[in-house]
Amino acid sequence: MLDFPRWRVWMLNTLIVLGVLFAIPSVLPTHIRAQLAQFVPTPTINLGLDLAGGSHILLEADTSQLAETRLEALEDSVRTAMRRADPRIAISDVSRANGQLSFTVNSPTQIDAAREALLPLTSNAIGSRDWNIGVNDGNRMILTPAGAGNETALDQAMDTAKDVIDRRINALGTLEPTIIRQGENRIVVQVPGLDDPEALKALIGKTAKLEFKLVDEQADPDQTAQGKARVGSQVLPYPDNPSGLPYIAVRRLGGISGDKLVKADPTFDPQTNEPAVTIQFDSEGGQKFARMTQQNVNKLFAIILDGQVISAPQIREPIFGGVSQISGSFTTESANALSISLRSGALPVDLKIVEERSVGPDLGADSIRRGILAAVIGTTAILVLMFLVYGRFGMYANVALVINVAMILGVMAFANATLTLPGIAGFVLTIGAAVDANVLINERIREELKRGRRVVQAIEFGYKEASRAIFDANSTNVIAAVLLFIFGSGPIRGFAVVLMIGIVTSVFTAVTITRMWVSRWVKRTRPYELTI
Amino acid sequence: MKLLKIVPDDTNIDFLKWRSWAFGISLLLMVASVGLVATKGLNFGVDFIGGQMIRATFTQSAAAPVTELRETVAKLGYGDPTIQRFGAENQVSIRMKLPDGADKNPELANAMATKITDTLKAGHPDVRIDGVDSVSGKVSEELFGKGILALLAAMAGVSIYIWFRFEWQFGVGAIWSLLHDVTLTFGLFALTGWEFDLNIIAALLTIIGYSLNDTVVVYDRIRENLMKFRKMEMASLLNLSVNETLSRTVMTSVSISLPLIVLVLFGPDVIFGFSAAMAFGIVVGTYSSIYQAAPILIWLKVGSHSFVPTEEAGSKAERISEGFES
Repeated sequence: MLDFPRWRVWMLNTLIVLGVLFAIPSVLPTHIRAQLAQFVPTPTINLGLDLAGGSHILLEADTSQLAETRLEALEDSVRTAMRRADPRIAISDVSRANGQLSFTVNSPTQIDAAREALLPLTSNAIGSRDWNIGVNDGNRMILTPAGAGNETALDQAMDTAKDVIDRRINALGTLEPTIIRQGENRIVVQVPGLDDPEALKALIGKTAKLEFKLVDEQADPDQTAQGKARVGSQVLPYPDNPSGLPYIAVRRLGGISGDKLVKADPTFDPQTNEPAVTIQFDSEGGQKFARMTQQNVNKLFAIILDGQVISAPQIREPIFGGVSQISGSFTTESANALSISLRSGALPVDLKIVEERSVGPDLGADSIRRGILAAVIGTTAILVLMFLVYGRFGMYANVALVINVAMILGVMAFANATLTLPGIAGFVLTIGAAVDANVLINERIREELKRGRRVVQAIEFGYKEASRAIFDANSTNVIAAVLLFIFGSGPIRGFAVVLMIGIVTSVFTAVTITRMWVSRWVKRTRPYELTI
Repeated sequence: MKLLKIVPDDTNIDFLKWRSWAFGISLLLMVASVGLVATKGLNFGVDFIGGQMIRATFTQSAAAPVTELRETVAKLGYGDPTIQRFGAENQVSIRMKLPDGADKNPELANAMATKITDTLKAGHPDVRIDGVDSVSGKVSEELFGKGILALLAAMAGVSIYIWFRFEWQFGVGAIWSLLHDVTLTFGLFALTGWEFDLNIIAALLTIIGYSLNDTVVVYDRIRENLMKFRKMEMASLLNLSVNETLSRTVMTSVSISLPLIVLVLFGPDVIFGFSAAMAFGIVVGTYSSIYQAAPILIWLKVGSHSFVPTEEAGSKAERISEGFES
């Protein structure tokens, strides 16, 4: 048992050296680490936001709204397809209800033609079906979402949303955000070092869906005030309406959407000198915009952002070239934020903030400083105590303990893990387990010596008998850690990860490594007596 | 060199003599804890009940003007705040319920935070906002549910392991002493009104880890002695096992308490509750391994018939750990 072949000694030493090497960058001051990084890779542990300061925002997508948007888009494309069919297919009674789109094909003889025209709309790029087509009463067509249609749409929308948020935050400059999807409809945004997330929230919370629609100039203002609109129109909020009424009626169809932009910049309105946003459509959007303005000279068109009208200017002349200006009551900041949001594209789903945490950098720094101080004092106390109680063997345990701490840090740095407050709890637990392992071993050796065994035999027995309890104690901790990782949420998982890493390194250093040193000492000195 | 001995050699303390008393007192404390939690309730943080918490430090003041803050914030019309000092005298946490409709429209929660921080800054130029936490009702329910689930799963998982590695009575003893430790810690938080948040769940998990470690060590020795001294009366055997492992128990508990005491005294204020919970848990966990986990074996009739060295229990355990250790 106390026999260590040379290859094993080498292997163990290599592991120690590797573990310690990986830990080094994490404990170096930042500027030295930066210099070092020019020559060698320097994996470091990330500090969680609770320690380092920063903002954490959890966004959740409104899934019902996504299904509704999909249905709306389907309605649009169905109408277009029917109109463009040759011969044209007349439809009526279009309704969207219960997640279904249904409409009546006026002439039952055209049912097959209608079905034909629908096929490309109802299956997706990889050929699987998004919508099921059904026919009732001979000429009523019903489109229902096929099995995974809504889930796939949500999945794609979330991926897009993640990219959009990424672009928007990058536009803010030097932040280093972490943006990850969580579960099926959530996105976590973490920005270290940012303690006032107002600008960030203004940027990522906005859907930034821009639309241009014609104002329904025939609408009765009294009806509009009550939220009622004529057939083919809809009432939208318009807080800055010069007429004083905070609503306006717009025509549902015949508008264009502002998702085809190549540019969006904050500017100033040349007439009023107020902040505004200049947008430029891509060529397709530009042509549509030109056509719309050409056909509607002297009419009012509403500029709609996220379902709210921001202004409704008159079309004085056709606008060619696809450049337009959006004015409303902007401030310089909000004009800038809107340009960023428009440039990065609209979010495909509405996201709302369901959890937000921000920690000021002062508090975080203070926590770290005092945490490190406490850890150093506490660890020193343990080291002194171990040495006083177990002498040489206490020293072995101490060196092993220091290596253990380094190895935990090293493995975490290697895995690019994040250390949070609960993670520190896991750290404390594993250090306790490592100390306990050595206490168990050394106490057992003492006992065996008292029973009259000779030194070498006592040491052998000590390790052997203590190992059983150490094994059971650490196995229970592994089981707990795995279960915590499976069932726990964020912070608890942080605890579990450190615990799992720590248990492995603790057993390795506190049992295997100390035994290697003890065996070397025994071989070299052949001790008759042992003070322990 | 003369080495330090914390516990004298060959102690022979009759720990188990007090077992009925200890059990009675523990039971009483557990009932009291449950009662406290039920009547006084836990001071849940926003993690678990949702809402908004703003932490602020009045950098130039000796103490935070809590009473004045309470009035000022209440006047803003968002309802009455819960204002508490935490850590230093000049640090406070201000907790608010989220405004109605904030689940649908996060802007409302935002507006509230901005309004409160602006008011603070206007009235107190030396105020430093240390953090804002805003958790919606839905997320807090999830966090709470998942936290409790993780806690229960961990407790059940380790007890099942101990049942397999020892005997079923040991599994029962282990889960009982874990319940004991967790319940008393809940009681401590209800009594002191310290804030109970996600970090405290992590502390509870650490307590479970330590307590279990202790229990396993004592159980391991009981198992060993049961196989060695088949004729010995159970109470004496437990006493022998506890005494034999006593110096280890004391040494480990002292070593682990050291950094925790330092952490309670000098550590960051944000984790005071967390460190205090762990320090408390070490004491309770050590006690419960001796006075709960061990005597329960007598009542559950563990005796010389347990661990008959068949393939089942004893020798298998030895074999596994030998393989692990070499």
